[in-house]
Amino acid sequence: MENIEQRVKKIVAEQLGVNEAEVKIESSFVDDLGADSLDTVELVMALEEEFECEIPDEEAEKITTVQQAIDFVNAHLNK
Amino acid sequence: MAYSRILGTGSYLPPTVLSNAMLAERIDTSDEWIVSRTGIRARHIADEQETTSDLACKAAQAALADAGVAADEIDLIVVATTTPDMVFPSTACLLQEKLGVHGCAAFDVQAVCAGFMYALITANNYIKSGMAKKALVVGAEVMSRILDWQDRRTCVLFGDGAGAVVLGESDEPGILHAKLAADGRYKDILNTPAQIADGKIQGMPYLHMDGPAVFKFAVKALSDIAEKTLGEAGMSKDQVDWLVPHQANLRIIESTAKHLGLPMERVVVTLPEQGNTSAASIPLALDVAVRDGRIQRGQTVMLEGIGGGFAWGAVLLTF
Repeated sequence: MENIEQRVKKIVAEQLGVNEAEVKIESSFVDDLGADSLDTVELVMALEEEFECEIPDEEAEKITTVQQAIDFVNAHLNK
Repeated sequence: MAYSRILGTGSYLPPTVLSNAMLAERIDTSDEWIVSRTGIRARHIADEQETTSDLACKAAQAALADAGVAADEIDLIVVATTTPDMVFPSTACLLQEKLGVHGCAAFDVQAVCAGFMYALITANNYIKSGMAKKALVVGAEVMSRILDWQDRRTCVLFGDGAGAVVLGESDEPGILHAKLAADGRYKDILNTPAQIADGKIQGMPYLHMDGPAVFKFAVKALSDIAEKTLGEAGMSKDQVDWLVPHQANLRIIESTAKHLGLPMERVVVTLPEQGNTSAASIPLALDVAVRDGRIQRGQTVMLEGIGGGFAWGAVLLTF
């Protein structure tokens, strides 16, 4: 089983159409990976699906980097 | 048991085309920005004198001709529109007069971009219950009248047009299964909140939309209702020959198709040339795909739409 970091990076690469090697832990979806507003919505939806959770809009707005996505998933899965 | 089936389809687009390049001359936008975020390249705009009932009439006449049904055989007219000619009478009554027929039941349905789903399902139930034998169901809009042409987030998205079907009583289905839904808690993310009072327009008369919020809700709701409709009909997605979705945004259409597991080759897309024509988009797309030979008699078709309210619906049918 892949760890959470690998799973998040894989989804980010898939959703934003970038090479997985380009996805760094500190990458910003918009500034580094070229995401637009709809890409970030689709990314949040893909994360919800992968990790079987609901990400409320006010939380989703705060997820702008790969690290923040991993943190959210970790916090959620630990509950 | 009586069923209803589509006897004919028709559509009409006003001749004036507004391309992305033409819009970019008026406001700060570009063809690249619009295409990459929406998939839209051009939209048709009604002339100043042309009203929703004018567009509806041309689409209705095309559908009647296609069905081989005379206007006076119609015993029910349902028009889905969010841009009616006037406060009242209903656009359906104005359409009836333009078609030169009198006496049959006629009313409007307001469910914005899901309007055609609500109208088609309403007409289906009239026919199944024996209250009507041949219904004219029209989606018609002049969305250009409620757009703020200085708001580049919304004015690039919409277009004008009309689509129609003639729905008739049949021993064979026809419409197999249908579902409607609405959730008023989402009223604020997509609306045009103005009203007429004291002889004036009160409130904002332009379309307002929170794009990302609408996107997320639309993909989830459309995937969900399509799956439920198929499940309740005892059918699988492999049996669906064509998905004819509401044409709002190419990325919503692609995302919904992906969730359903349908390849884009089986999805009818008219958005690039037409933009979002609200209640008109589904019958417009249906008519295009019927006339170009993609949708054949006997094939299974899923129609689905969603819009302000939120209101949404899906119809599964044998064409």
